[in-house]
Amino acid sequence: MSTGTADTAARRARPFPAVSPRTRTRVPLLVTAGLLVVMFGVGSVRYEGFLSAQVVLNLLIDNGFLLVVAVGATFVILTGGIDLSIGSMVALSTMLTAWLVQSHGWPLAAVIPLVLLTGAASGALMGWIIHTFEIQPFIVTLAGMFLARGLCYTISTESITIDDPATTGAAQTRLYGPGGLFVSIPVLIALAVLVTAFVVLHHTRFGRNVYALGGNESSARLMGLPTGATKVAVYGVSGLCSALGGLLLTLYTLSGYALHAMGMELDAIAATVIGGTLLTGGSGFVLGTALGVLVLGMIQTLVNFQGTLSSWWTRIVIGALLLVFIVLQRLLGGRRSTAR
Amino acid sequence: MTSPSTPPPAGAGGPRPVLEAHGIRKRFPGVLALDGVSLRLFPGEVHALMGENGAGKSTLIKVLTGVHPADGGTVLVDGRPHAFTDPLQAQRAGISTVYQEVNLCPNLSVAENILIGREPRRFGLVRWSETRRRAAELLTELELGLDVTRPLGAHSLAVQQLVAIVRAVDVSAKVLVLDEPTSSLDREEVAQLFGLVRRLRDRGVAILFVTHFLDQVFDLCDRVTVLRGGRLEGEYPIAELTPVTLVQRMIGGELATLDQLSGRAHGQGAERAAGEPFLRARRLTRAGSIEPYDLDIHAGEVIGLAGLLGSGRTEAARLLFGADGADAGEVSIEGRRAPLRSPRHAIARGIAFCSENRKSEGLVGELTVRENIVLALQAARGWTRPLTRAKQDELARHWIEALDIRPADPEAQVRHLSGGNQQKVLLARWLLTEPRLLILDEPTRGIDIGAKAEIQKLVARLADEGTAVLFISAELEEVLRLSHRIAVLRDHRMVATLANDGTVTPERLLTTIATGTDS
Repeated sequence: MSTGTADTAARRARPFPAVSPRTRTRVPLLVTAGLLVVMFGVGSVRYEGFLSAQVVLNLLIDNGFLLVVAVGATFVILTGGIDLSIGSMVALSTMLTAWLVQSHGWPLAAVIPLVLLTGAASGALMGWIIHTFEIQPFIVTLAGMFLARGLCYTISTESITIDDPATTGAAQTRLYGPGGLFVSIPVLIALAVLVTAFVVLHHTRFGRNVYALGGNESSARLMGLPTGATKVAVYGVSGLCSALGGLLLTLYTLSGYALHAMGMELDAIAATVIGGTLLTGGSGFVLGTALGVLVLGMIQTLVNFQGTLSSWWTRIVIGALLLVFIVLQRLLGGRRSTAR
Repeated sequence: MTSPSTPPPAGAGGPRPVLEAHGIRKRFPGVLALDGVSLRLFPGEVHALMGENGAGKSTLIKVLTGVHPADGGTVLVDGRPHAFTDPLQAQRAGISTVYQEVNLCPNLSVAENILIGREPRRFGLVRWSETRRRAAELLTELELGLDVTRPLGAHSLAVQQLVAIVRAVDVSAKVLVLDEPTSSLDREEVAQLFGLVRRLRDRGVAILFVTHFLDQVFDLCDRVTVLRGGRLEGEYPIAELTPVTLVQRMIGGELATLDQLSGRAHGQGAERAAGEPFLRARRLTRAGSIEPYDLDIHAGEVIGLAGLLGSGRTEAARLLFGADGADAGEVSIEGRRAPLRSPRHAIARGIAFCSENRKSEGLVGELTVRENIVLALQAARGWTRPLTRAKQDELARHWIEALDIRPADPEAQVRHLSGGNQQKVLLARWLLTEPRLLILDEPTRGIDIGAKAEIQKLVARLADEGTAVLFISAELEEVLRLSHRIAVLRDHRMVATLANDGTVTPERLLTTIATGTDS
């Protein structure tokens, strides 16, 4: 009985030669970055006016809210969980914001903390249920998804348009930089969220616990790490990001509507996976998620520039890409098989 | 074997035990897993916890480390009573555990695995360079040279095990519990691990070492606590024991009665073993469960597989049934090569396997006796040719009578039957398929004396009728009474095959089991 033979057996069982874990986490990231450059290059060659810095900035302007929610999804997926309630929470946030601002005349400054708190609390509640009752995150957040979407309709079945001057003012603010380039306030918020998430994940105990939890939950518990609190917290973070994403979407569309952000959770998960985070948890980078969001945005932009393609082509391409990335993750070696 | 390098702690006036357990009781539904067990652990000793599977070793460890709360008894750490309800509390009191399965995170770096939860920080942020420096320091102190920035998963299992120990010791350096740490390591890796354990012992850490491997106990440990059937058998300085006496204490004092065996199977061995074997296994092996072994089984021959629980008996048998795939080696049946890739292949070639876990792997408790009996035959026929109800009733009645299954009601649910009768139902199921080779894994465990005798008689009769039987049992008496030849397993290796020609005494068998050599 020697590990020598056991290892050989394990190697034989794997369809492709083992690569180092570091390569495994970095290859998808590099592929995504390469893809982004190639897409930008192709767009620049084929379409007039594509090769400009503003096209890149527009990617951020149009996808800022997606970036924020995808950051939240990354926290959850890094622990090996999943949050399906993201899109509904975004919709509920837009609804709540529009309703309070428009119908009740609340100041935006008062609405924002309330909406953020609602998002964080409902996320944390789902995390608590997942942890305490040991239920699949898939089921719990599916319930959360229906619940939040349903709550939207109790506020209104119609779209609520915001014409409150303070809100529209904030939404339409353009921050100009050199060369006439501009971004919106949500872009800055989204970038701030990204940087914060990076620091939290890589340089705080909470962040490392997230990775440990995704690496091996029972080990993390036996190592004395606060797995329960961490789990509650990641779903709380995801809820918070969804609420913030909802606020940004409200500013982007200047409306609240129960049908906003249909399926946005899937876009967020897709961006996370394309950005190199393993769905099994424990491996990935939040900066990769940002690249993933840009890839999704770039596909949308290319389809728009083409002009003749139906917008559903965006979905088809995303679907194909996702498939490629999941297979790529698999080929780079199942982490579970090395853990034995 | 080296003699212990530290003297056994003296009783009075000696050092105080760092960990003491008195009269620990632990009940699980239906079982009293621990019944008044005590343990003393002194600083600077390596203490072995020995016992067969089911003796209560794991339960005791789980109680000591807070995984399961005890139902009775006291645990003292440094003389102060503690009642741990989770592993964290035990860790804080100074008791760390390293399990057989490495409980670390393969996706994190070596440094993180050692220090996570205790990383040096500044303004709430982890100081990575400091973390790496400290981890490297800890490893160097224990004479381990590793690149701490590499992910743990990139290292071998043995190295991961060492890292787990380093973490455990750094978390709390008083008591280190090692739960079968060597079971998946090779010889060199074991030596490396032992080196680390000795260094820790010399620093005054008390180490509780759980293992199946007898050699390792004599190699490494200073004292031994032996458990048997959930009770404390005794605590001994290792110098007072030999492998044979240790095994005797583990399996119990049935030796006196073993002498009064009837020599039923004696003398027929040579005659039955003549000619072409029904099944011939050559260098058959599966990594991590059984080392390469050879075995011939002739028609009408009963081969006993003897060895301690956990010595690889079941593992060896499962390869012959295709329940586990072999990594290497070959099996031929009646002279023709027969790769047994799955139980279906084995069944098609006339091999039947009565599992040790009749509840989880054999019988379906919710089905009736009749349904359970016809299950394998139906499977062998294929679902396209169902057995008629009349045929099923006939078969069930026949076998209930033949094996004296009680209650004699074909429609009784199997889960309501006693253990012995359940075993007979399982036997009936396989006998119905008229196997050429019947593998019986602990067919008599947990059933009463009467049923035991009946099953033994049945095995003898089947062999007389020409069925080859592979008989696995922990009871030497049974093995000696029934078998024509006995294969002895020890530490996952087949160490000897003895012809049961009247010269094999229980003592000789026991010595073989204990030392691995037939002397």
